[in-house]
Amino acid sequence: MSTAAATHEHHGPATGIKRWLFTTNHKDIGTLYLLFSLLMFLTGGAMAMVIRAELFQPGLQLVDPHFFNQMTTVHGLIMVFGAVMPAFTGLANWMIPMMIGAPDMALPRMNNWSFWILPFAFAILLMSLFMDGGGPAFGWTFYAPLSTTYSNDNTALFVFAIHIMGISSIMGAINVIVTIVNLRAPGMKWMKLPLFVWTWLITAFLLIAVMPVLAGAVTMVLTDKYFGTDFFNAAGGGDPVMFQHIFWFFGHPEVYIMILPAFGIISTIVPTFSRKKLFGYSSMVYATASIALLSFVVWAHHMFTTGMPLAGELFFMYSTMLISVPTGVKVFNWVATMWRGSISFEAPMMFAIAFIVLFTLGGFSGLMLAITPVDFQYHDTYFVVAHFHYVLVTGAVFSIMAAAYYWLPKWTGHMYNTRLAKWHFWMSLISVNVLFFPMHFVGLAGMPRRIPDYALQFADFNAIISIGGFAFGLSQLLFVAVVFKCIKAGEKAPAKVWDGAEGLEWQVASPAPYHTFETPPEVK
Amino acid sequence: MNHMPLLRKLLLGTLAMFAFAFALVPLYDVFCDVTGLNGKPSMEQARQSERVDNSREVTVSFTTHAQSGAPFKVSAQQQSVVVKPGEMSLVTFAAANTSDQARVMQAIPSVSPGLAAKYLHKLACFCFDQQTLQANEQQEYQLRFYVDPALPPEYEELTLSYTLFDISAKHSESLVAAAR
Ligand code: HEM
Ligand SMILES: [Cu+2]
Repeated sequence: MSTAAATHEHHGPATGIKRWLFTTNHKDIGTLYLLFSLLMFLTGGAMAMVIRAELFQPGLQLVDPHFFNQMTTVHGLIMVFGAVMPAFTGLANWMIPMMIGAPDMALPRMNNWSFWILPFAFAILLMSLFMDGGGPAFGWTFYAPLSTTYSNDNTALFVFAIHIMGISSIMGAINVIVTIVNLRAPGMKWMKLPLFVWTWLITAFLLIAVMPVLAGAVTMVLTDKYFGTDFFNAAGGGDPVMFQHIFWFFGHPEVYIMILPAFGIISTIVPTFSRKKLFGYSSMVYATASIALLSFVVWAHHMFTTGMPLAGELFFMYSTMLISVPTGVKVFNWVATMWRGSISFEAPMMFAIAFIVLFTLGGFSGLMLAITPVDFQYHDTYFVVAHFHYVLVTGAVFSIMAAAYYWLPKWTGHMYNTRLAKWHFWMSLISVNVLFFPMHFVGLAGMPRRIPDYALQFADFNAIISIGGFAFGLSQLLFVAVVFKCIKAGEKAPAKVWDGAEGLEWQVASPAPYHTFETPPEVK
Repeated sequence: MNHMPLLRKLLLGTLAMFAFAFALVPLYDVFCDVTGLNGKPSMEQARQSERVDNSREVTVSFTTHAQSGAPFKVSAQQQSVVVKPGEMSLVTFAAANTSDQARVMQAIPSVSPGLAAKYLHKLACFCFDQQTLQANEQQEYQLRFYVDPALPPEYEELTLSYTLFDISAKHSESLVAAAR
């Protein structure tokens, strides 16, 4: 494996397509990840539009149920593995070396690989949609026997796509850990690390712990389906419920993989625009670590209805509720940071505040779901869909938007159109709530998730939800416009874009030069 | 800076977690065995009980369920029996292949309440073996079992249910041979 030194032969970037194909520069790779994630966000979003168009009215109108199921499945897979995770990896690539005063990521060649295998994974996944029999239609959770006995022959493509995505994120995680552990500038002590770096370090360990388990699960699905093993097949002595245990052993830490870096971003942005130091830095670090540890012992809250014994139900109920304690600490610290701060409402701050409010709302619906007896009613309804979209869209995705608006001037050297960005914020904020808030009510009233048709009494709410959905989808085009206009041109951004900002990234010029911190900065 | 030592540890960790995913399979079985969760009765032949508990009676009911599309009909000739713990019982099941092709059936037993599963001992069961049934063939199977005298007294009724799986696809060659 090469070290950062190997990339120092030439200085400016190469030109043309080769620059992007062969690049080992963390900024280039960060850009690639971020643009790829944006493309996947739009692709997955287009699928959501298909879903909401079908659900606009009761009855079957536009697509057949099998295709509908492919849309919900691939929408979920793309948003999780294609949009949210690569966006965070892109931010890690861009920001971590600059934040810790390192010249680049520790393993730049591996960095190139971990990005460039991703497009292939998604090409395979998307291609399967156009093949005979269609793509995966068993939900992003691919429960056996849906994915084994009852799936079509293209399931192998799904399995390989997941394998490649897994390898990519594991390589990314290893790179992050090695970079943070080995390349911190002198004086950058552990408890001085910016919180985004801390949260990513912990996320990277989560990734290494659970992505291999996901790889194991898809491998078992593959061998069950094609090679006659019986891991999940009751007829051969296997157990389909075991699939769910293995999947959620990965799956619950996975949801924290998608939120811990978001916590880091919010903890960076809120102090900047409150013009105060972050309240409770060390409690933030400990809270993040305890959330990560607890996330390994709560997985069966996704399985309350599978017939666990009472002791199991109680254990997973209480351990799940316990997670809201460190989460509450974080929310408290953000609010305390804003308390009596001189707050200004720039676009990143607006997204950050919306994050704090709406993510907390998602946490509350999570708490409701964690109550075992009531989960028997809520499970597999739209209430669950409402819960995880509040934590993932107004949580993870909003934090990514906040991060983009925060660092875009640093990346491009241009200030973006702030008016347009605020339009994007308000349109998104309103439409996202029209989209997801009513889902709580149709869920409580019993509308099941993952269905192309529904009972008539849900019609009005679903029409509203769909309108919110289309509006949210369209609003994101504003984001695309802001980003591309900002890449092309704009008012020249100073090195320190936000006057309240702290951190090494603001010591370098805007746009950040191709190589930064080739000699480590002094950290006081 | 030499990154190799750390890199090696992290790669090792990754491989260990991949192995752990597969280790979860036996761990799961051991866990269920030890705790008696998930209602899986033993698939091994048991030995006869040494004593009979004459002081109480337990009702054991039987149900069967053909997994979607499996062309089998199996039903116990008595819907339920009342037994004394330790006492041997014999129940006859009538089985039929309702398709006009030879089929291989695997019956998977399950006991409810699940925690009582380990107290139901079978000496003979059609579920111990895969059963080949010719086209439209009818068969009778014997189930010999007893309820363990150690069964906690709060269990007064047990249900033994069989799920019938059509596993012919895995046995297409032996079926062709059998038909000849
Ligand atoms: C206080 C924190 C949280 C609690 C108590 C909680 C609790 C739960 C529970 C009990 C379920 C299962 C509901 C069911 O299927 O019946 C669930 C589902 C889910 N949660 Fe959370 N959750 C929390 C935070 C989060 C976060 C931070 C994320 C992601 C960023 C998340 C993502 C999800 C997802 C994706 C599902 C649905 C998975 C599926 O079935 O497809 N949750 N949550
Ligand atoms: Cu969970």
